Amino acid sequence: MSRDSAASAPGRSGARAGRPVGPPPAGSRWSRLLEGGLLHGGVQGSPVLRLFMRWVRRPLLPVMRLWRRNIQLKIVVTTLLMSLGVVLLLGFVVIGQVRNGLLDAKVKASQSQATGGFAVAKQKAEEAASVTGDDGVSAGDGRPSQNVIQWMSELVKSLSSGGQGAFDVVTLPMGGDSGSGRGPRASGVVSWSASVPEELRERIDGSTAAAQSYTRIVYDSDEPSQPGLVIGKQVNDPNGEPYQLYYLFPLTQEEKSLSLVRGTLATAGLFVVVLLGAIAWLVVRQVVTPVRMAAGVAERLSAGRLQERMKVTGEDDIARLGEAFNKMAQNLQLKISQLEDLSRMQRRFVSDVSHELRTPLTTVRMAADVIHDARVDFDPVTARSAELLADQLDRFETLLADLLEISRFDAGAAALEAEAIDLREVVRRVVSGAEPLAERKGTLIRVVGDQQPVVAEADARRVERVLRNLVVNAVEHGEGNDVVVKLAAAGGAVAVAVRDYGVGLKPGEATRVFSRFWRADPARARTTGGTGLGLSIALEDARLHGGWLQAWGEPGGGSQFRLTLPRTADEPLRGSPIPLEPADSRRNRGLGDAGPGGDAATRDAGSAATVPTQTSAAQTSSVSARGPIPPRSATVAPTADPTALPGNGARVVPRPPSGARKQDGGPAPEVASRPDAGPENSSRQGEATRGR
Amino acid sequence: MKGRVLVVDDDTALAEMLGIVLRGEGFEPSFVADGDKALAAFRETKPDLVLLDLMLPGRDGIEVCRLIRAESGVPIVMLTAKSDTVDVVVGLESGADDYIVKPFKPKELVARIRARLRRSEEPAPEQLAIGDLVIDVAGHSVKRDGQSIALTPLEFDLLVALARKPWQVFTREVLLEQVWGYRHAADTRLVNVHVQRLRSKVEKDPEKPEIVVTVRGVGYKAGPS
Repeated sequence: MSRDSAASAPGRSGARAGRPVGPPPAGSRWSRLLEGGLLHGGVQGSPVLRLFMRWVRRPLLPVMRLWRRNIQLKIVVTTLLMSLGVVLLLGFVVIGQVRNGLLDAKVKASQSQATGGFAVAKQKAEEAASVTGDDGVSAGDGRPSQNVIQWMSELVKSLSSGGQGAFDVVTLPMGGDSGSGRGPRASGVVSWSASVPEELRERIDGSTAAAQSYTRIVYDSDEPSQPGLVIGKQVNDPNGEPYQLYYLFPLTQEEKSLSLVRGTLATAGLFVVVLLGAIAWLVVRQVVTPVRMAAGVAERLSAGRLQERMKVTGEDDIARLGEAFNKMAQNLQLKISQLEDLSRMQRRFVSDVSHELRTPLTTVRMAADVIHDARVDFDPVTARSAELLADQLDRFETLLADLLEISRFDAGAAALEAEAIDLREVVRRVVSGAEPLAERKGTLIRVVGDQQPVVAEADARRVERVLRNLVVNAVEHGEGNDVVVKLAAAGGAVAVAVRDYGVGLKPGEATRVFSRFWRADPARARTTGGTGLGLSIALEDARLHGGWLQAWGEPGGGSQFRLTLPRTADEPLRGSPIPLEPADSRRNRGLGDAGPGGDAATRDAGSAATVPTQTSAAQTSSVSARGPIPPRSATVAPTADPTALPGNGARVVPRPPSGARKQDGGPAPEVASRPDAGPENSSRQGEATRGR
Repeated sequence: MKGRVLVVDDDTALAEMLGIVLRGEGFEPSFVADGDKALAAFRETKPDLVLLDLMLPGRDGIEVCRLIRAESGVPIVMLTAKSDTVDVVVGLESGADDYIVKPFKPKELVARIRARLRRSEEPAPEQLAIGDLVIDVAGHSVKRDGQSIALTPLEFDLLVALARKPWQVFTREVLLEQVWGYRHAADTRLVNVHVQRLRSKVEKDPEKPEIVVTVRGVGYKAGPS
């Protein structure tokens, strides 16, 4: 948890970077831009820039959220953008074609017009030349240019008059030379210098062929300029001197047509885009509305309102979805109500059985006690019978109580009454309750780790029952050795481990001990009494708390039962403050004692040998079993109880050397292959404990 | 100690057995098997204690308990076959002082009965104060500003136990031992329910108790006087 929040906190860049999972086509550039900017900020590490990016992004967050969550918006926006693209492309193509068509016609007409004009100019020049030639012979070189100037003005006038305003005519001297007096002339008010492009003039200068170019025709008067086509050619004047003759054709008409087409297309395109968007909105709505309805109904269903159904109209796929959904809901409701009925019946049955059995049992019990109290007056056989009767009634009662308890769990009728309790109190009560039994067995019960309060939200009655069971079991199977009850709290969990040094558990038994009516050794178990349901009930109690009850044991090396509870109810457990395999297990201890040289067999033999001697020693000095035990715990003291030290209990991860120990530690004797409840270990163990 | 005990139970075998045990211990039992007749029998015999089965023909045990409690503070011990929380709490809330779950041992039953009757010994004259309440232990009365508050003997005992040692926080277990006479740990719900009932009578605002204060995670103590 803390790691997660730590990762996402700085600049929230982690969350951002992870987001563009299938980024929407329209938003991708936007978000890429943001991401790029953000990434930049992150790389450069400039806090100002980061701050700025955050400031820029903040108002966009709700929009992005809406974008991520609303499929209708996504589809409509996508459709709008894509249709806009299509319409724009279409518009460009159509307008291009129309313009080409219009211009082609105009250019052809203009070219023929111009060609005609050039021919006329040439013809006129030749005519004039023949006339002036005659004159020239008579008048010599007197004023030839005067005639040419006048001739040219007339030429321009006559040429342009043929077009009736459809075109204008301009004559320019070659190379822009106006020194000879043959200055530029233009029909109308055309500004020749602005209208005839320089580049065209150079081209005409260079060749005798006709050339054309698009231009804007500019007028000297207030008339607005207009687009036009200019066609020019070198023509000789009557003196044989070349000059430039240009035809200027305004394209106003074509321009108008084109802008009309463009306007029409734009209007149509806009309509198409808007209508497509609307269509997309409507179509998506048809699909999304039932989906949203289904989502809402599903949410309400899962919230427990089982009578919720979808509205189904028509027979299409959506209707089929609705029908299937409703059928599912119907079946769910049926099954749930069946189960509820069953559970209620079961609970009712348990309650009835409980009452019906208990009332006669009470009478029998009381009668047996009266008989039992009076047994001194009976003959030995009857007296013994009275004793047996009373004893077995006790057993019968416990069995009945356990059965009823288990069936209450099975019916789901068990309720947790959690409040903050100090587990030390519970342990103290349990230990003092088990003292008489422990004294009979010659066992000393030690409590470790009760310096600080071990507080958890738990049901005191149930926890006490669990611990009583564990402690009594440990004493009964402890062969007279010490029983160590260890308490610890760390992180969000508290734990109580009960360790005994008795016969222990064989491989595979660590999970089976929790099975109902399971007995470690069918041949001898009856002597110790107990119903065989104690650990099953304890497991259910732990499960009810959201906790774990796990067992570890090795044959001949004793066992450890560990109850782990969350510190606050409803908080998931992630680990236990106490390792499941105790630090003084044979495996942990054996390596420490034997060192790297020793092999597993001798170690096992050695420890197997030490335990019985301790046992015998303990038995000889029955109550003072303390004698042999402390040295053993003293040798393991440094590693024995890491979690009992203040401030050291917060770690639930396995200790690093454990892996190394595991590798050369010889055959793992018991279920718990690692000494601690790391995540995998605990979950693996947890399966056994919580699986049912 | 002589004590008249009214046994309300429909199971004749159990009633007879209870009679044998109670007589053996020196009580004077009387019997009624029907919930409808229980109240009449109660008025007639004026018992020192009522043993009440929860499941009865006619009126059920809860209802009988409520009716008896409405007119008397006599100790009521419920016999119940149901140890489920709801049943027990409902029984206690209807006014029972204690309950005992079937099947029980005769000694256990007798111990409970004696614990509830034990207060017949004359207590020494004693005045206690808790909050703004004045308790006259001998006179068995609780007064606030001269107005006396009616408490059942059990509620009175509970209040006195807390008021005698106002500096001490009582765990539920200690209260069970001192007030109910349990030798070893029993059901702490008894304490919870009776503290609530006591509060509803003596507190000005039962939601914000000032007389009987909860010490979270430990138990209860008397409020500052």
